[in-house]
Amino acid sequence: MAAAEKQPVTITCAGPLNGVLSGVLTWADQRFPLMSLWRDHLAEYYAPKNFNFWYYFGSLAMLVLVLQIATGIFLVMHYKPDAALAFASVEYIMRDVPGGWLIRYMHSTGASAFFIVVYLHMFRGLMYGSYRKPRELIWIFGMLIYLSLMAEAFFGYLLPWGQMSYWGAQVIVNLFDALPIIGPDLSLWIRGDYVVSDATLNRFFSFHVIAIPLVLLGLVAAHIMALHEVGSNNPDGVEIKKVTDPKTGHPVDGIPFHPYYTVKDTLGAVVFAIVFCVIMFFMPELGGYFLEYNNFIPADPLKTPAHIAPVWYFTPYYSILRATTEDFMWVLGLALVAYSALLAGTLRIQAARVAVAAIAAVLLAGFFTIDPKVWGVVLMGAATLIFFLLPWLDQSPVKSIRYKGTLCRSALAVFVIVFLILGYYGTQPVTTGGTLISQVCTLLYFAFFLLMPWYTRMDKTTPEPERVTG
Amino acid sequence: MRRFVVKLARTLLVALLAMPLAAAASESVKLDRMPADVDPHDPVSLQRGAQVFVNYCMGCHSAAYMRYNRLQDLGLGEQQIRDNLIFTGAKVGELMKIGMDSKDSKEWFGVAPPDLSVIARSRSSTSGSGADWLYTYLRGFYRDPSRPTGWNNTVFPNVGMPHALWQLQGEQVLKTEVVAMPRGSKGEVEKHEMQRLVLQKPGAMKPAEYDRLVTDLVNFLAYVGEPSAQQRTRLGIYVLMFLGVLFVLAYALKQEFWKDVH
Amino acid sequence: MADNELDHGKRRFLIAATGVAGGVAGVATAVPFVASMLPSERAKAAGAPVEADISNLAPGEMTRVEWRGKPVWIVRRTKEMLESVNQSDTKVADPRSERKKELTPEYARNEFRSIKPEYLVVVGICTHLGCSPVDKFKAQPEAFEADWKGGFYCPCHGSLFDLAGRVYKNKPAPDNLEVPPHKYLSDTRLVIGEDSKEA
Repeated sequence: MAAAEKQPVTITCAGPLNGVLSGVLTWADQRFPLMSLWRDHLAEYYAPKNFNFWYYFGSLAMLVLVLQIATGIFLVMHYKPDAALAFASVEYIMRDVPGGWLIRYMHSTGASAFFIVVYLHMFRGLMYGSYRKPRELIWIFGMLIYLSLMAEAFFGYLLPWGQMSYWGAQVIVNLFDALPIIGPDLSLWIRGDYVVSDATLNRFFSFHVIAIPLVLLGLVAAHIMALHEVGSNNPDGVEIKKVTDPKTGHPVDGIPFHPYYTVKDTLGAVVFAIVFCVIMFFMPELGGYFLEYNNFIPADPLKTPAHIAPVWYFTPYYSILRATTEDFMWVLGLALVAYSALLAGTLRIQAARVAVAAIAAVLLAGFFTIDPKVWGVVLMGAATLIFFLLPWLDQSPVKSIRYKGTLCRSALAVFVIVFLILGYYGTQPVTTGGTLISQVCTLLYFAFFLLMPWYTRMDKTTPEPERVTG
Repeated sequence: MRRFVVKLARTLLVALLAMPLAAAASESVKLDRMPADVDPHDPVSLQRGAQVFVNYCMGCHSAAYMRYNRLQDLGLGEQQIRDNLIFTGAKVGELMKIGMDSKDSKEWFGVAPPDLSVIARSRSSTSGSGADWLYTYLRGFYRDPSRPTGWNNTVFPNVGMPHALWQLQGEQVLKTEVVAMPRGSKGEVEKHEMQRLVLQKPGAMKPAEYDRLVTDLVNFLAYVGEPSAQQRTRLGIYVLMFLGVLFVLAYALKQEFWKDVH
Repeated sequence: MADNELDHGKRRFLIAATGVAGGVAGVATAVPFVASMLPSERAKAAGAPVEADISNLAPGEMTRVEWRGKPVWIVRRTKEMLESVNQSDTKVADPRSERKKELTPEYARNEFRSIKPEYLVVVGICTHLGCSPVDKFKAQPEAFEADWKGGFYCPCHGSLFDLAGRVYKNKPAPDNLEVPPHKYLSDTRLVIGEDSKEA
């Protein structure tokens, strides 16, 4: 039978204590929207009843955010943002501060856990079309969170002041060097010095501990407010608000977030904690992926380590950057010509066709006059930003992968595999074979997005059901 | 539909696991493994390693993030640490620093001898643990007249450090031998050049004794790299046991409430 | 619902059990965070016991050593100075150091507040608001006390202490000066910050 007809069991304790408690609550509620917040976001926020495994990662991301902020606050009490002291202060935390090693490992494991959870959360969105109308803004806020998170991780990674911290920051800041005209001045401005130095460390510290976290918190609030405005999507991609109980007005396929999803997410949090603790207590370095071995060598501005690689969560984009070689520009040029022909062929308005041709011509000219290094940076940036366009690129009549056809499913599967391959090669030293594979993957990566308007239309979908399927 | 999702998730998982856990460079050096019969947490081994460290290494290398009194982890009392391990006049609560000026040492050796507090962690790679690397390194010195120190090393070519333990180990040389290896089924033979360390002049210790000494020293360096490691794994077991109980409760709670829905 | 009655008890139990276990987990997680704010090994090492050599200390003189960032005074009292302590018994608020036991270790809970009457070892921080009093050893009429027998005067709020660090009655400071844990390694060497019972 439908869940909405049942009332969740509330716990009531008899006795004077309960009277005092409800008195205090009433007092507060007259001055602050306590009960209405509770109702709107938990007790009477109706979520689809058919959430599956993939729906744990939103609340888990919140959990990791809290963990990172809490551990961060305590790490800042002991860390010294000074090039001469930073490395030693991290070891001081690991050895001399009571419980310091545990807090530090929570933070370093949490950083990677954050990205794992967020990537799975994003994959869920891709799979079930959670970015589709009316959830475009949720997706955009989410993408902004993802970008802030990357900034947060990048700034934070400099702080231990090891070799990887130092050279990673050096390489990434030098990417801005590639930008035409303003590049060199811009990277100088970011560093505040001619190389990554104490000045850089201090400003990165400031960004890491206060600026970006504030932005993150604001964006998370916006993400959730937007979500609760339109309601959650679900694995069937159907709107539960369409079918409501005439008596209560609640969605028939919805259940109150509290207690059903609070208890479910509690279970998810416990399972997550188990996985997290296995890594944190027994393999905090995770084979060099979570804590890179080279970062146990203090930063040395005169000596680059033999092999530097960003932390794993950046490596897909790093691969795209490295894949953009001089030869690859020819392939890109060819792809650009083909794509603009396809686009122009589809467009009906003459002016739009001309615009496409003009833009393509300008880009093409740029491909062979501006250094490939610049285009590598541009492609890397485009690879992250292109996610923003998803709500408009996807033209499928259905949201969820469950009702999409082979074309869309294969496209998503290929995209995920391509993302993983790019990520893997980003951790490896450059080889000819690796670069070739990365180049193929880079093309496929962009094809997933840029060809989406066509393949989602061509795809054979099955009709969405009226109601969610268990 | 659901099957597809499960299948996709499984494929992803397999792909993830199939990726070799290889972050660092593909060093082609083959490392010797630390002897498996010695417990890395054996206090006797660690105490002996500490003794070797302060006697042979701390002339040039510090362990400046480590405090002497932390060595109580190894089962030593403060007075024992004072009497047997502190030669620098430091107090027992002080860091294991050395008097050598890094500017001087840079002049003498070309590079300043690195601090060894986290050396075992930084030397980890896909080829082996940091302990394996150190074990190979400390047994891999050989005579090389072309080097200013007269020493070279198999895993650290052109190393700036002379062989500090040579009186114990003796002098090795690197011999290149051509080895015939059978190839294929028809008795064909392929010739390989192999390099091998040969003990030319024996030291004060027999090779087995020396290996044991190096094992103890490396055990100590691994301990110094992360003194809380033992506490970490011990605590981890309790935490996981507790989370197991919490899981059972949370699972039962979820099942109980979700009876309403299903 | 027919099974509602059954559900109630089980749900209440499960909520309570999970809540308690989760609470325990929360408290346990808080432990390292709270602990991290305690003095670190570095702070403890810096606050380790200090040794003082008193072989050169002449009778009637005072030397200062620093222990945990606080001044510790060592005064070698003359016969006259010990006599003045006797005389001020009626003027001081707590002659036998009985008020706050933690300020005076067992072995110094006597009239002279010391292990050996000759040597006074006290923390030179006024028990009122933390100023460091100045020594006024000479017995002579002073502006703050006409019948001054010698001792310490706190310039901040005028608290007076005799030559055993005992506070005068009717002054802002509530207690005698703290005697730190200390012991004699030999006749001329003193350790401050460590008792003989710990060693």
